[in-house]
Order: sequence, then structure tokens, then C-alpha cells
Amino acid sequence: MVPLSWYLIFAAALFSIGLFGVLSRRNAVAILLGIELMLNAVNINLAAFWRYGDVTRMAGQVFAIIVFAVAAAEVAVGLALVISVYRRRNTVVADEIDMMKW
Amino acid sequence: MTTETLLWLIPLPPVLAFFLIVLFTNRSKALSHSVGVGAAFLSWLMSMVVFVRALGVEHLGEHPFESSINWLPTGDTWLRIGVLLDPTTAAILFFVALTIFMIFLYSVGYHNFGQPKGDHDHKGLPPHGATVDEHGHTHVVPSVEPMYSRFFAFLGLFAFGMYVLVLSDNLLTFFVGWEIMGLCSYLLIGFWYAKPSARDAAVKAFMTTRIGDVFMLLGIAYLYSVTGTLTFREIFTEDVLHTLASVPSGFLGFSAAGLIGLLLFIGTVGKSAQFPLHVWLPDAMEGPTPVSAMIHAATMVSAGVYAVVRMFPLISLDAGTMSIVAFIGAFTAIFAATIAVAQNDIKRVLAYSTISQLGFMIAALGIGAYVAAVFHLITHAFFKALLFLGSGSVIHGMEHGVLHTGNHHVDPQDMYNMGGLRRKMPITFWTFLIGGFALSGFPLITAGFWSKDEILADAWGHHHYAVFIVLAIAAFLTAFYTMRQITLTFLGEPRTKEAEHAQETPWTMTVPLIILSIFAVGYGWVGIPEHFPVLGGLVPNWIHEFVGGTLAEHPEAVEFNWTPLLTSLFVALGGLGLGYAVYRDVNSVAQDRFQIPLLKNKYYFDEAYNYLFVKPAYWFAENVVYKLMDQGLIDGILHIFGPVTDRIGAFIRNNFDLPVINRFFGDGSADVTYGLGERMRFVQTGRIQQYLMFALVTFIVVGAALYFFLLA
Amino acid sequence: MTGEQIIFIVVALFTLASGVMVVTTGNLVHAAFWLVSTLFGVAVTYALLHANFLAVVQVVVYIGAIAILFIFAVMLTRKDIRDRGPQINSNWWVGALLAVLTFGGLFFLLQDWSGMSTTASAYPSDFDAIAALGDALVSPNAYVLPFEVASVLLVAALIGAVYVAFNRK
Repeated sequence: MVPLSWYLIFAAALFSIGLFGVLSRRNAVAILLGIELMLNAVNINLAAFWRYGDVTRMAGQVFAIIVFAVAAAEVAVGLALVISVYRRRNTVVADEIDMMKW
Repeated sequence: MTTETLLWLIPLPPVLAFFLIVLFTNRSKALSHSVGVGAAFLSWLMSMVVFVRALGVEHLGEHPFESSINWLPTGDTWLRIGVLLDPTTAAILFFVALTIFMIFLYSVGYHNFGQPKGDHDHKGLPPHGATVDEHGHTHVVPSVEPMYSRFFAFLGLFAFGMYVLVLSDNLLTFFVGWEIMGLCSYLLIGFWYAKPSARDAAVKAFMTTRIGDVFMLLGIAYLYSVTGTLTFREIFTEDVLHTLASVPSGFLGFSAAGLIGLLLFIGTVGKSAQFPLHVWLPDAMEGPTPVSAMIHAATMVSAGVYAVVRMFPLISLDAGTMSIVAFIGAFTAIFAATIAVAQNDIKRVLAYSTISQLGFMIAALGIGAYVAAVFHLITHAFFKALLFLGSGSVIHGMEHGVLHTGNHHVDPQDMYNMGGLRRKMPITFWTFLIGGFALSGFPLITAGFWSKDEILADAWGHHHYAVFIVLAIAAFLTAFYTMRQITLTFLGEPRTKEAEHAQETPWTMTVPLIILSIFAVGYGWVGIPEHFPVLGGLVPNWIHEFVGGTLAEHPEAVEFNWTPLLTSLFVALGGLGLGYAVYRDVNSVAQDRFQIPLLKNKYYFDEAYNYLFVKPAYWFAENVVYKLMDQGLIDGILHIFGPVTDRIGAFIRNNFDLPVINRFFGDGSADVTYGLGERMRFVQTGRIQQYLMFALVTFIVVGAALYFFLLA
Repeated sequence: MTGEQIIFIVVALFTLASGVMVVTTGNLVHAAFWLVSTLFGVAVTYALLHANFLAVVQVVVYIGAIAILFIFAVMLTRKDIRDRGPQINSNWWVGALLAVLTFGGLFFLLQDWSGMSTTASAYPSDFDAIAALGDALVSPNAYVLPFEVASVLLVAALIGAVYVAFNRK
């Protein structure tokens, strides 16, 4: 008897938390953690809509699966990049990786 | 062909000749004179046809030949122009056409057609003679005029102007013809334009007649403003004349008719060389002799008298104007006659004689002797043209002598270099004698007698005794100086070698003389007064009947009186006799008792006019118009444009172009962009989180805006 | 308040709290561990939604692989074991504001939607979700293409990650 709105609000909250993490963490890896949270929030949304719509339509779950795959790929590459940057510049503080500045 | 069509066509051949000669036949002398003489002949022929037809019409004065067209739209009405042939016109057309034709023919010989080209003849100077090798020894013969064709072209234009003037039915085309003749007189007097004296004479002629023309134009304008028409027949109706006579003009108490008449008369004073605008005519002798004959005998000066004749019904309305006319006429007659007595140049004498005779005609009109004036106009045209052409023949003969002796310091026109020419140039002599006698009024057989007697008779008969006395004295002087002229030129013995070698002139010059002398004798007989003793009544007084019909009221013939007849006999014969008696023994200038300086120098009028008018005009032109207005004002204004434009340009450059366009817009935009860039570059921190933050902020703002403005 | 609701609220709160810890804790390894707990909470949420397969995949993939990866990454990018300096940005308040705004916006948007208060229909008892999912993933009428593309993506990511992180020394 849980209304859909609860799930959606829950997902929105998780998303906002993840957003906060992305915007205000210093460590690059921590930023990626925030991104993970956001992606998970999205997934919850998708699953909720799947459940609260026509259950026989698998589009919601399929989409969620694809998001999984994308998230995984993105984390892999992202962390590889962070590590590569770390090797080069010896830092993972996002503020210090600013060679593209003016 | 109807008479009206002929009337329209008569002025055409001469003007066509003008254009043809100017445009096409200029190079060929033979072709040019053929065109010119042919045109004159054609016009003469048409004029004769018209004249003969006019003679056959009963009461031509009441229903003359006329034809007019609408020409100028003036609001609701039209200004009409056209042709008119009433009796006066017919009579005048007769002599105009004939004299023009004679003069054209005469010019062929005068300008030495057929003679070789001169040794050093210049266009613009009179021809100087050509050396010819004949029978082993060299001769100098007269050479042909270099500007031969041009002369005929100008004569054609001149003839056109005269025909237009004579045949027009309204004051406008009359004035057009008047002005054309003024122009042509300028062109022809200054024909030999490289001679400074000829140039000056041409300008003088034009200027002086122009003064008259201005007043005439004022008269025409005033007439139009009062009556609303310029056609003669419309003006000379009872009503219009009455209106003109009663409307005051506001000028010295003249009625409108009087003022108009006066203004028109001033035009005549200029054109017919009456006092005080007489100064141009003697100087106009600079032109070739056919020109003098044409302009100063036959046509142009007659046009002035014709103007008064035409406007007679108008002028005669006001007694004041008539008095002025009579006074000026009579005064000029005697004034010019006194000057003629002291002149030594053969053409000068004739020039002053013309002025004097015109004075006779004007005086006649002034006292109301309409028919007498017209009669004298016609006879005068014949014998004066004859005299001028004769003098031209004499000068030609003398020039032959000059070329023969080679002495170019001898003036071929000075009568004191002549003498005894009756033997060398018989035809010229006899015709000149006839002309001279006609001028003097030799009784009975010459035309001049009849016309002059008529004037004197009219003066006496209408009790204008002052005019009568003055004209009688002038007639006496006329006979005197004429005989002087004949004596010095033809009678006695040759005074110079040049005169000894003078020669008669070719037929083209003598035939016109003969023809004119016939008329100088015969024309008088058409005007024999009815009550003349013995002869009167034998031949009807055609001229009185015919020309008198022009006026609304047929003038009555003056009663015969012995006094004027005896007076004219006395003055004519007495003058001739005295002239012969005094001059038969005079052989040089020193012996001439009448060489009074005052008369010789024309009462110093030229000097006076020069001082009073010419010099001030020059001063005015030089100082006021040239220095003050042209150089100072106009050039000054122009010279301001440069610096002002320069300063405006500099102002715009320095105050607008440089600061606003260059610095503000040009450099400014660059600086702003640069400045903005310099300040905005700091956004590029290189930090991803900040980029994300900005993106999010923008997204939220745009999203909210979209939501609230579009979706909500 | 039904039991389902209570369970949901508990799980949601637990997940959110863990999430907060992930983004605020100073120690990065702790953050990674808190991420694990968050992911666990999400998996339970999937289970609540009868998305069994997703729940399991969540645990296996996310926790089993991705979280581990994170821990490895943290390890490899530390100059020493202890974190130094503050872990929160100087502009953290902007981030907080934006997060709040986002949440608020989303919340506000959801208010107008009518389907918000729908409750889940009964789950069909005989419905084989997993078979249907498998069908959907490989059926040409369904989502085989995104599936294959996702595989390609993974391969690319794999090669890319290896290449980027390759130590040429």
C-alpha cells in the first residue's frame, strides 16, 4: 500500500544527496561516489515505475539493467582516469586538477 | 492660292534662304547668291500678286485680307497671331519687296562676285584687291568679299524680319520682326568685324535702338494690360479706343492711349534715329553699302515710321502725344539737315539726310497728315535706296581708282577726293541725279516733290504754322546739301588721280539703280492732289483714296492753297541753285565755308553721350558689378565654401569620427570584448565541480522559467 | 500504516542516512564502506518492488564489483593512509543549496502529477518476471539492440580503462 510518491521522493532525496556529494567533495574519488548515488536513485525510479505500471512490460527493468552496465563502465573508466591523473600529478584533489583553467 | 496663304508664305523664302546658306551653301558663292536672290525674287513675286489682288478689292480698309491662328493660351482665352493686308500694308509691301529684291541683286556686284580672291584678304576685313597678271603687266583689281555667303544669309534674315513686321496683324509679331531687324542690323553693321570702328558702330546701333525697344515693350505690355488684346483690328475698334482715351494712366496727365502712344513712339525714336537717339545711324555707315541702303533707306528705319503709321488711330487720340511726335519730328528734320551740310563723306551726308527725311515723316504724322506721311515714306524709300546704292557704286568706282594708283591713303568715300565722275560713271551719275532731285523735291517730275509738297500743304492747311516753317527751312537745307553732294562728286573736274581712274560698275549694280530711278520719278504721279492746278484731276489721287481707306474715318484731302506750293518750289529750286552756285568753284576742304566745327562734329552729341552715359556705364561695370559684386560678393561666397567645408570636415572628424566612431565603436567594442574576456576568463577555473555548479544553476533557472512561463 | 509502509520507511531512512554519511565523512575508506551500506539499502528497495533480479544484480555488480573498485581506487590514490585536510569544499554551501533546490524542484514537480498517489496493483502470482526480462533483453522485437550496445560499451570501457590506467613503466 506504499504510494508511488514515496518511492519517487525517496529517489529524489537520494539523488540530491548524491548531487551534494558531487558538488562539494574535494577528493575526486569521493565525487565518483556521489555520482554512484545519483545513478542508484535513477534506478530506483525506474524500478518503481515498472512496478507501479504494467508489470508485464519489462521496459523499466531493462532500462535499469542498461543503467547498471553504464554505471559500471563509467566507474571503471572514471577511476582509471583518476588513477592515471594521480600518477601524473600526484594528487586526487579535484581543485588541484585545474590545468584547463584560463 | 488664296491671298491669305500667300500672305503667310511671303516671309518664308528669305528665312529659308538664311538657313540654307548657313547650313549648306556657305562654301559656294554662286549657290549662296542664287539662293538669296532667288528667295528675294520669290517674295517679290508673291508680294506683287498680293498687291495686284489688293488693288482690286473695294474698300479694302473695311475688310482687309486677314488670317490668324490661336497661338498662346492665356487662361480661358488665346493670344492670336496672324497676317493682315490692309491698304497701308499693301502700299508699303510694294516698295519693301522691290527694294529688298534690288538690294539683293546689287550685293552680287557690290561684293565683286566673279573677281579673284584677294592677295591678303582676311575674313572680317573689307577686301583689298588682287594682283592679276594681264597682257604682260600686273594689275590690281577689286577682289571678291571673303564672307560673301554670310552676307546673303544675313540679308535673308533681315528681309524675313521686315516682312514679318509689315505683314503682322498684332503687336507681338510686329515686335518680333522689329527685334530681328535690330539683331540683323547689328550683324550687318559689324559685318567687317575685324575693323574696330565697325564693331563699335554695331554695338552702338544695337544699344541705342535697344533703349527705344525697352520703352516700346513697356508700351505693348501696358496696352495689353488695359485692353487684353494685341491685334490691331481689335484695338482699333470704337469701344477699345474710347476706353483707352478715357482711362487715365497716372503719368503726367496722359490718358492710357497717350502714354501707350508715347512709349511706342520712343521705340520709333530709337529705330528711326530721331533726336535724341539719332547717334547710331551715321556710325552705321561702317557697314557695306547695300546694308546702308537696306537698313537706312528702305526697311529698318521705315519700320519705325511704319510703327507710328500702324498705331496712328491710337496715337492720334491724345493731343499731348501728337504734339511731342510733331515736335521731335520737326526738330530732327532741321537738326540733321544742318549737320549734313558740313559732312564730307558721301555716305554720311546721306545718313543725316535720312534722319532728316524721317523727321519729315514723323512730323507729318504728328500733325495728323496720315496719307502724306505714308506717301513720303514710300517715295523716300525709293529715292534714298537709289541714292545709297548710287553712292556705293561711286565708292566702288573710286576704289577701282585707288587700286589702280596703289595709293591706299586716299579715302574713296571722301567727296573732296572725287569730282568729274559724270564722265567716268554715266549711269551712276544720271540715276544719282534723279535720286538727288527727288530728295530735294524738284518740281513735278520727281516723286519727292509730290510727297513733300503734300506734307507742307497739310501743315499749312491745318494751321500748324510752326511745323510748316521748320519743315520748309529743312527742305531748303536738304536741297542745298544734296546739290553740294552732286556737285562735289560728279560735276567739275577730277580732283585726284584716283577719281581720274574711276570706272563704271557692272550691270548687277547699275540695273537696280535704273529700276529704282524709274520709281523715284514715276511714283509721285499716283499722289497728285485733286485740286492741283492743271494736273490735278487728270490722274486720280490713288494714294489718297487707297491708303486713306485704312483709317476708320477716311481723311479728307486738304484744300489746295498756293502758299505751300510756292514755298516748296522756292525751297527746292532755291536750294539746288544755291548749292550749285556755291560749290561749283570749291575744290578743297579749305575753300568750303560751311565746315563749321559745331556742325562738322554733330553738335558734339557723341562726346556728350560718351561723357554722360558710356563712361559711367563702364565705371559701373568695372567697379560695382565686376569688382564689388562678382569678385567681392560672388567669388567671396565661393571662397568661403572651401574653408567652411574644411572646418566642418575637421570638426566632424575630430568630434565625431575619431572619438565616437573610431574610439567608442571601433576601439571601444574591441576593448569591451577584451575587457569582458579578461574578466570572464576567471570563470574558467579548470575545476569541474564549479562547472557543474554553474551548469546546475543555469539549468534550474531555465527550468523554472520554462515551467512558470510555458507550462504553468 | 501497513507493514509494507513501515518496512519501506525504515529501509528508506537507512539508505538515506548511509548516503549522507557517504558524502560527509572525512575518511575516504569509510565513505566507500558507507556506499556499500547504501547500495545494500537500494537492493532491499528493489526487493520490496518485486524486482528480484535487480536486487540480486545490484548486490553482485554494484557491491561486489563497483564498491570494491572504489576501495581499490582509494587505496591507489593515497599518499598515506590517513586523509589529510578537510574533505569538504570551501563552496560546499552552494552545493548544499543546489541540492536542496533540486530536491525541492523535483518535489514540487511531483505534486502536480495525478498518478502520484496510485498504489501498486497486485503482483500477478504466476508471472515469471525473470524469464520475461530475459526475453526482453534478447528478443529482436524487444531490447536486444540496447543490450548489444551496452555490451559494446562495456568492452570499450574495459579497453579504455586498461589503456588509461596502464603504467608504462
